[in-house]
Amino acid sequence: MKEKVNRLAVFTKGIIKENPNLVLLLGTCPTLATTSSAFNGMGMGIAATVVLICSNIVISILAKAIPDKVRIPCYIVVIAGFVTLVQFIVQAFAEPLYNSLGVFLPLIVVNCIILGRAEMFANKNGVLDSALDGAGMGLGFTLSLTLIGAVREIIGSGTIGSGFFLGGDELAEKLTIALPFISEHPMMIVALAPGGFFIYACAIAVVNKILTSKGKKPREFSCQGCALASICQQEKCIKELDKLEKGAEN
Amino acid sequence: MGEYITILIGIILVNNYVLAQFLGICPFLGVSKKLDSAVGMGVAVIFVMVLATAATYPIQMLLNDLNIGYLQTIVFILIIAALVQFVEMALKKFIPSLHKALGVYLPLITTNCAVLGVCINNIDSGYNYMQSLVNSFGAGVGFLLAMVIFSGMRSKLEGNDKIPAPFQGVPITMTSAAILSLAFMGFGGLV
Repeated sequence: MKEKVNRLAVFTKGIIKENPNLVLLLGTCPTLATTSSAFNGMGMGIAATVVLICSNIVISILAKAIPDKVRIPCYIVVIAGFVTLVQFIVQAFAEPLYNSLGVFLPLIVVNCIILGRAEMFANKNGVLDSALDGAGMGLGFTLSLTLIGAVREIIGSGTIGSGFFLGGDELAEKLTIALPFISEHPMMIVALAPGGFFIYACAIAVVNKILTSKGKKPREFSCQGCALASICQQEKCIKELDKLEKGAEN
Repeated sequence: MGEYITILIGIILVNNYVLAQFLGICPFLGVSKKLDSAVGMGVAVIFVMVLATAATYPIQMLLNDLNIGYLQTIVFILIIAALVQFVEMALKKFIPSLHKALGVYLPLITTNCAVLGVCINNIDSGYNYMQSLVNSFGAGVGFLLAMVIFSGMRSKLEGNDKIPAPFQGVPITMTSAAILSLAFMGFGGLV
């Protein structure tokens, strides 16, 4: 029984408590770039989730076989393989999504959420736990992308549910609901680059407010906050950055 | 010559990688606190971007010839990872002074999406070899420019207690990035 509860916790922690891009502040680039509409963000989220679950499973199986020194290149190869697969699938079944995500689809390879979960979770835990962890983290990522996308879409173009990527243009048009008034006077800027930064900032501010009200400290952007900290020979890197900062202070 | 200038202006000002295309946001927000680290990171990115393009472009031609162009993602990321390692070792051995200045930032760059992004973008936009190199150089310079301006903006934010509590830290940083991005939108239509 206890084990079941733990499993559930492994799955749910990624959705809210450790939401990868609102709480842990990982994967900022795709968050900003692909949330011009709710379905666009959702598509990105699903693609990343599939890669995350598959790579977590494979890496947890291979963890013992991979020598410690070359583990990062090995993880990258596994992840890149799955990204290539997902690229093919998206291109075949959801071409509008393939076109709108553009370069950010191959860039899932360098998404720090995926490499971070491989390094921090999958290589230490069993297959089932890793799969659940990947699913939870992926779901959290998808939810926050969809949410930010929905806000930007409503304010920026005055529609709900535009750009559905499966089943052709007709269905996509049917699903699009134009809101009265806003769709006649949309605030274009929110759908463009500056709006992306601003809406994401607002979302993090809301999360920070909740975190501080619960007595937790909001995250900062730094080497320590990055999931890759242990990977890119960071210990050295962090130490030297610290030295630089201390030197600057002195 | 004219086309190279067009590419440069386009990539540095109009389609700035950080502020208009959202590539390389993590180092942009993470390393821009101090001016000297911002400059170091920017220079290292220019260096690696040009080298990575120089290496990946011929490889893509080779992949295309062999009809396995779809292996692009997997091959490019491996090349970039190997290249960064190699450059770090080479700098350490031959130019220690440069390694001291840039070495800290090099490992961070492997997983920088701007580097992989510029390699893929060059292929997608159908540039030839020279144009690709110019484009990569411009993308790096644009990154450096954004980093330098932004580190200036952040130093003004530091220690400012008039910011509402929930917005302190990351949100206000992101909001100032939004304003900078708004300013760069003014360059739209320049090319």
